[in-house]
Amino acid sequence: MPVYSEKVMDHFMHPRNVGEIENADGVGEVGNPVCGDMMTFYIKVKDNRLEDVKYKTFGCGAAIAVSSMVSEMAKGATIEEAQKITPESVAKMLEGLPKQKFHCSNLGAQALNKAIDDYLAKTGKLKADPAKCCPFCDHEDSENDPVCQQGCPVNQPEIKSP
Amino acid sequence: MTHVYLDHSAAAPLLPEVREAMTPYLDRDFGNPLSLHDWGDAPRDALEEARAQTAALIGAGSPEEIIFTSSGTESNNFAVKGLSLAQQKKGKHIVISAIEHFSVMNSVKFMQNLGYEISEVPVDKNGFVDPEDVKKAIRPDTVLVSIMHANGEVGTIQPLAEISKITKEKKIVFHTDAVATCGTIPVNVKELGVDALSLAGNPFYGPKGSAALWVRRGVRILPLLDGGIQEGGRRAGTEDIAAIIGLGKAAEIALRDLVDRGQKLTQIRDLLINGLPSKIPRVVVTGDLKKRLPGHASFCVEFIEGEGMLMLLNSQGVAVSSGSSCTSRALKASHVLLAMGYNHEIAQGSLLFTMGIQNKPEDIDYVLNVMPPIVDRLREMSPVYSKFVKAPKGGQGNAGI
Repeated sequence: MPVYSEKVMDHFMHPRNVGEIENADGVGEVGNPVCGDMMTFYIKVKDNRLEDVKYKTFGCGAAIAVSSMVSEMAKGATIEEAQKITPESVAKMLEGLPKQKFHCSNLGAQALNKAIDDYLAKTGKLKADPAKCCPFCDHEDSENDPVCQQGCPVNQPEIKSP
Repeated sequence: MTHVYLDHSAAAPLLPEVREAMTPYLDRDFGNPLSLHDWGDAPRDALEEARAQTAALIGAGSPEEIIFTSSGTESNNFAVKGLSLAQQKKGKHIVISAIEHFSVMNSVKFMQNLGYEISEVPVDKNGFVDPEDVKKAIRPDTVLVSIMHANGEVGTIQPLAEISKITKEKKIVFHTDAVATCGTIPVNVKELGVDALSLAGNPFYGPKGSAALWVRRGVRILPLLDGGIQEGGRRAGTEDIAAIIGLGKAAEIALRDLVDRGQKLTQIRDLLINGLPSKIPRVVVTGDLKKRLPGHASFCVEFIEGEGMLMLLNSQGVAVSSGSSCTSRALKASHVLLAMGYNHEIAQGSLLFTMGIQNKPEDIDYVLNVMPPIVDRLREMSPVYSKFVKAPKGGQGNAGI
C-alpha cells in the first residue's frame, strides 16, 4: 500500500498508547462522522507534565496513525510543549500524509488540545469555553449533534495541504 | 503469504483466450478497418464479428445496434447526453435513480447546466427502485429514464422489466447502465424492454478500455465524438480493434459459461454473506439477499471504518473495496448507502467483496478466519464502540435505518 509513508504504516499497524484513562484529568473529543474520523484523547497530568496520554479513534489508517503519533509526541511533554503540537508537526513526524487526508484525518493535535483545555478549565487555569465548534469551520454545534450542520467538510471548496 | 483477490468490480484479470484473440491485432493485423487495401480486411472482418458476439450477449436484434466505446463511463455519458439532446424539441426532463454510477450522476449534472431538469427516484433499504415512483416522476416533458440494472456497490438487481412497461406506455426512451450485469447474469434487451444499454468488457474478463452502448434501432442519439464515419457515424475515431476483439471474445465466452459461472459465484458469495454475520456481531449485509449479483457480497461493519479494515485485510493478503469517506478521494460516504437510509456512521464501515471465476470456497474460509481479529482490533480502538459497550442495553439502534 504505497499510498502511505512507512512511518504512517508503522503507526497504523502498531498503534502506541491506545486506550482510555479512567478518571482522566482531561478529555478531548473531536470529529465528524460525515467525513469519517472521530478521536477521543485522555490525559493524566502531574507537575505540569502529561504523565499519560491515551486515545480511541474511529477512522481510516491516517487517523489511527495520527492519533498514535500525537500520543507519542505528547507523552512526557509539559502542557506548554504539548500545546505546540500542530497538524503540520504531526504530519511532518509521520513523513507526510496524502493530500486528501491532511485536512480530514489530521485531528489528533486538536483532540489533544481539547483535552488540555478541559484539564485547564477543570483546574481553573482557563476560562471555560463550553461552545463545541466544528473542526472544519467556525460553526457552533449543539452538544447533542455529532454532525456539523454546515455539512463540513463536504461544503469546503478546497482541501489545502501544506 | 496467501493472496486472495476479492475486488473484481475494481478490476478483473483478462482471460487467456481473450488475450490470445487480441494479440494478432496488436501485431500483424494492425490495419485500419476503413482502409480499402488488404491491410483493412482482417480488422474489418474481426470488428464485425466482435459486434455480432457483443449483440448476441444481450439478445440485440441486430449487430448494427452496438456502438463500441472506450468505457462504461463513456457509454453512460453517451446515453444520457446523446439520447436527451436528440430529443431537445420534445422536452428537457430526465429521470434517474438515487443510486446511479457517477458517470450517470455527473452526466445529468452536465445536462442540468444546459437547462435540463432532473428527477431522482428514491430507493428502499434494500436498494430497489419502486416502478410506481418512476411513473410518478415522469412528466409530459420527460425525454429519458436512466436506471441501472444492478448496483455495483450493493449488488441489488432492479426490476427493469416492470419499469419498462411504464416507459413503453408513456413512450419515453429508457436507458440502463448494465455494466455490472452484462456477462455476469443473463441480460436480454427485449425481455428487459429497454431502449439503450451500457456494457463494459472488464467485468466479464475482457480488456479494460473495451465497452459498448447498445441503442435499439429507431432510437435517435446524438454523437459525443464528431469526426469520421466509424461506428455508423455515431462514434468517430479510429477503433481500438484489439480491445473490441477482446470484448467480443469475452462476450462469446461469457454467454457460453453464464449459467456455470453464476451458480459457482452464487455459492461462494453465499458462504461469505452467511458466514461473516455469523462470525462477527453487528455486521449488516447491504443490498438484497436474493435479487443480487452472483459474486457480490457487501457489508457494513458497525463501529469501525472501512479503510482500516481494507488495510488490515491487505496486510493479510486479501484485496477488497470500501465505500467509506476515507477510501473515496471525494471524502464523502457512499451516496448509495446514504440513499438506502444508512446513516453516515454505519456507511463508514462499508466493505465490498466481489468474487471472480478464479476464486474458490477456500478463499472465503480464509477471509472468515482473518476478519474477526481485524474487526476486534479496530473496535478495541473505536470510541464509538466503547460508547456502545458502556451504553445501557436495549436502546441501541438497528444499523442506523
